[in-house]
Amino acid sequence: MKAAKTIERREFLKVSIAASGGLLIGFHLPGMATLASAQHSTTAFMPNAFVRIGADEKITVIVNHSEMGQGVYTSLPMLLADELDADWSRVGFESAPVDPKYNHPAFGIQMTGGSSSVWSGLQQFRQAGAAARAMLVAAAAQQWNVDPSTCRTQSGTVINAGNRKLTYGQLASAAAKLTPPEHVQLKDPKDFKLIGKPLKRLDTPEKLNGQAVFGIDVKLPGMLTAVVARPPIFGAKMKSFDDTRARSTPGVRKIVAVPSGVAVIADTFWQAKVARDVLRIDWDEGGMADFDTSRMMQDFRERAKTPGTSVRKDGDFDAALSSAAKKVEAVYEVPYLSHLMMEPLNCVVDLRPDSCELWTGTQFQTIDRANAAKIAGLPAEKVQIHTTFLGGGFGRRANPASDFVIEAMHIAKAAGAPIKVMWTREDDMNGGWYRPAFLHAIEGGVDASGNASCWRSRLVGQSIMAGTPFAAMIKGKAYDPSSVEGVDDLPYAIPNITVESHQAEIGVPVQWWRSVGHSHTAFAVECFVDELAALAQKDPYQFRRQLLKEKPRHLGVLDLAAQKAGWDKPLPKGMGRGIAVHFAFESYLAHVAEVSVEDSKVRVHRMVCAVDCGEYVNPNIIKAQLESGAIFGASAALYQELTFEKGRLQQTNFHTFPVMRINECPEIDSYIVESKEKAGGIGEPGVPCAAPAIANAIFAATGKRIRRLPIRMSEAV
Amino acid sequence: MIVFSVNGKRVDLDIDPSTPLLWVIREQLGLTGTKYGCGMAQCGACTVHINGEAVRSCVAPVSRAAGKSVTTIEGLSPDLSNPLQRAWLEEDVPQCGYCQSGQLMSAAVLLRGKPQPTDEDIDEAMTGNICRCGTYPRIRRAIHRAAELASSGGAR
Amino acid sequence: MKQRYTMLWIIPAMSMACFLVWDILPFPVAAAEPSIAANKDNDNGALFAAFVSVLRNPRCMNCHSTGDFPRQGDDGHRHTMNVRRGPSGFGVTAEKCNTCHQDHNLAGPHLPPGAPGWRLPPPSMPMIWQGLTDAQICVSIKDPKQNRGRNLDQLVEHLTEDKLLLWAWNPGEGRTPIPMPHDEFSAKVKAWQAAGAPCPAM
Repeated sequence: MKAAKTIERREFLKVSIAASGGLLIGFHLPGMATLASAQHSTTAFMPNAFVRIGADEKITVIVNHSEMGQGVYTSLPMLLADELDADWSRVGFESAPVDPKYNHPAFGIQMTGGSSSVWSGLQQFRQAGAAARAMLVAAAAQQWNVDPSTCRTQSGTVINAGNRKLTYGQLASAAAKLTPPEHVQLKDPKDFKLIGKPLKRLDTPEKLNGQAVFGIDVKLPGMLTAVVARPPIFGAKMKSFDDTRARSTPGVRKIVAVPSGVAVIADTFWQAKVARDVLRIDWDEGGMADFDTSRMMQDFRERAKTPGTSVRKDGDFDAALSSAAKKVEAVYEVPYLSHLMMEPLNCVVDLRPDSCELWTGTQFQTIDRANAAKIAGLPAEKVQIHTTFLGGGFGRRANPASDFVIEAMHIAKAAGAPIKVMWTREDDMNGGWYRPAFLHAIEGGVDASGNASCWRSRLVGQSIMAGTPFAAMIKGKAYDPSSVEGVDDLPYAIPNITVESHQAEIGVPVQWWRSVGHSHTAFAVECFVDELAALAQKDPYQFRRQLLKEKPRHLGVLDLAAQKAGWDKPLPKGMGRGIAVHFAFESYLAHVAEVSVEDSKVRVHRMVCAVDCGEYVNPNIIKAQLESGAIFGASAALYQELTFEKGRLQQTNFHTFPVMRINECPEIDSYIVESKEKAGGIGEPGVPCAAPAIANAIFAATGKRIRRLPIRMSEAV
Repeated sequence: MIVFSVNGKRVDLDIDPSTPLLWVIREQLGLTGTKYGCGMAQCGACTVHINGEAVRSCVAPVSRAAGKSVTTIEGLSPDLSNPLQRAWLEEDVPQCGYCQSGQLMSAAVLLRGKPQPTDEDIDEAMTGNICRCGTYPRIRRAIHRAAELASSGGAR
Repeated sequence: MKQRYTMLWIIPAMSMACFLVWDILPFPVAAAEPSIAANKDNDNGALFAAFVSVLRNPRCMNCHSTGDFPRQGDDGHRHTMNVRRGPSGFGVTAEKCNTCHQDHNLAGPHLPPGAPGWRLPPPSMPMIWQGLTDAQICVSIKDPKQNRGRNLDQLVEHLTEDKLLLWAWNPGEGRTPIPMPHDEFSAKVKAWQAAGAPCPAM
């Protein structure tokens, strides 16, 4: 069942994106010839779009996904290099140019998201490596005049029956003359030499001596830098501006109105920022001038009292509730959140009359290129994007409207020189496209023998997809699947389940934020399961086990986390353990958190994470992502909230939107379930369980429930 | 004219003395390993050394460096031979990598003051450096490992 | 002596040499100081009470509070980022005061405030006033064993002229300055000094 659904979702996304209209059609024009490799020496062997082998033995894997910390510049090359039988010490990486060849095999555009890089690249990169290997073997066999089947490969060399050897570098130019094979044989997994090993990341060295190039580091000859004054309120429009003072500050070249605000173009960032800060702008504040998040949540609470659009209906909730032995109701609330990548947004554009190049850390190459081409008035193939390292992405750099790219294009047109548009931290935080605020009103009951008998979730929140090119994904459904993911597939064996959705229309731009809908559904669902367990007077771990009897992969991670955490071992007074389990992005996750609460201060001491992500490629990277996800989720749970008063965002920087720091960071133990199942995601699944595991641990420690994030003991009930 | 040294090289700059050192390093000197994260000494991504002491260059006016010696990540040890860089490699610390220059520069000052730091010493020295990817557990391990590497005279 | 005192204060805070001089050369304890015992004269004690509100202001108290760390804000919350007093009051290893603080305030809300010599009292003489009565504060600031060996003249100079203390009247954007005008504060301190620096009854 699960597998069928998974495929359905992936296909759905692919078809829907392709069907979403003119935006993407233009991309499939033939004649793209701007491969990164085109300029490389003719002796280099480039059997396909994903690998280049030089006479110098260097093997470069061209990676079509963006490296934003999740390790794709290592895990994807591992897939290729293993099939190629490459010498791993000679393997490097390069970011792919924008080209349909590099489209996501499942989603149909070039992009990074949905925790999908490894599972979607699994076949692609293995096949590319196997094809290259076959050609190198053929080239060697030709040279030796032997049957290719008598040759084997090992660590970057072809070896024949007589033990003669030729290196891949020696064979590169001969192999380049051969035709790629139509079919290749992939390795039996038992023969993997790299896949499944905890290899070190390939991109670490350059991240330790300042050499790694992020978008913010790009510098072109003659480049100017722009900083933009954007509206203080979403939807506000610039009426007029006075730049008298700004113009007289040093280094300022131009001050121009652009659709997103007023851009100050100067020789350097600091000059542009100083000038920007003394601009006087008269804004038409528009319809959001009264927007207030506390009033919004009050509206959400009211809406949740009425039935919403049906998402799931198993059995008869109302009847079951009325006959339940015990009932409980809870309302869970989560705020707007900023992605808060360490590297604030930026984009470099070199716009020329007949072509355009961009340098930026993006997760959405195809869409950004289409949007940039529109502004430039150029065909898409005349626009190229160089994807730099991303100083964090978390979904923000996959912007359906290409906000930071389009703005840079407008400024580039006005600048008349290569331009770097930089966002300050405050600009980035104030720039919208947040994780939407959500409310879950849940009601449920247990029967006389303590079995969960009914559950009704009503969700209220904004749709991420509505109004974007991805709106096609919600066609035919009266709700946005990304709003309800993680509750629509509630895995617990409860006979009567109702899930309803209310879609709120609010002028705050929202977007996928690491783990998307799961970032709030897991909190509400896993906290409520805990409440039902308490209602049934059962241990929350055993209660879940009972309801997940038919879900072996859920059980697998749940048991592993509980066992490693020593679930049954007593904790000192004032401490508590909480557990949560969730399925997201084709992977199964369980967390056990250990917390203490002292003087209303919550401290998370330890988090045990267990994942079943199917077949895996690099357990070192997976563990890093589990640590990363747990800390990301705990940061949000403990500290983070964006609020609006009179339409204005109240948070500006790290001091008002804190991130967990090293002195607050718990010990994190990560475990991977050995699995032969299809590979799942890892970048996002580690996030959702952190909040509910911590909240449930607080209940275990104090007897008080957390129903609103971020956690404040003063609000515990 | 402001004169100081960066990674051992003399720098003479005719520049507004209130310009933050960060932007002078990145834009005038082209040393982009030092990162911008917040502009208000909240995140530590911009940490450099002035006369060996950790300084958040985003809030330090360039005038503060006058006559002094500035070290950036590019000057820590370009060949990655510093025990911290070696330990960072062993523990495979970075994810996105954006904060790591600042983390390393802070850790270098920590180890100079406390060659065998306790976890508490690490908390007291490194809490000003934010990592959004959550590499803290590995940073902690790597600092302990770097202390070992340094004390064993670099022997592996 | 006076000259050395001045010199110490003009040494830039960031200089490491400053820490060393500071630690090695505490102010000599003058023998002829007024008794540290509390003056029992309540009327004279009022001279101290006239300006103690300044010492109790968060701008001062945030560095003269309990705990081995500075505080922030009018609510005196613990300084973020796990900042510590350190061995000489200047912070710890990679989180020294001047890692973030300059010798001047930075423009803009929530940017680090600054003044020459930005630091806490050293752990050997932490000069903690939190929880003390007026009389106890009075005694402690006059006690050379607690005040880095300052005699009364030096103490008064510190209170009225030290740039770090003057900062409290000009604490930077978004921070509430000491409400009592500085002239008035200086005059009250000097009146107290002229009366022999009497303390309120214990």
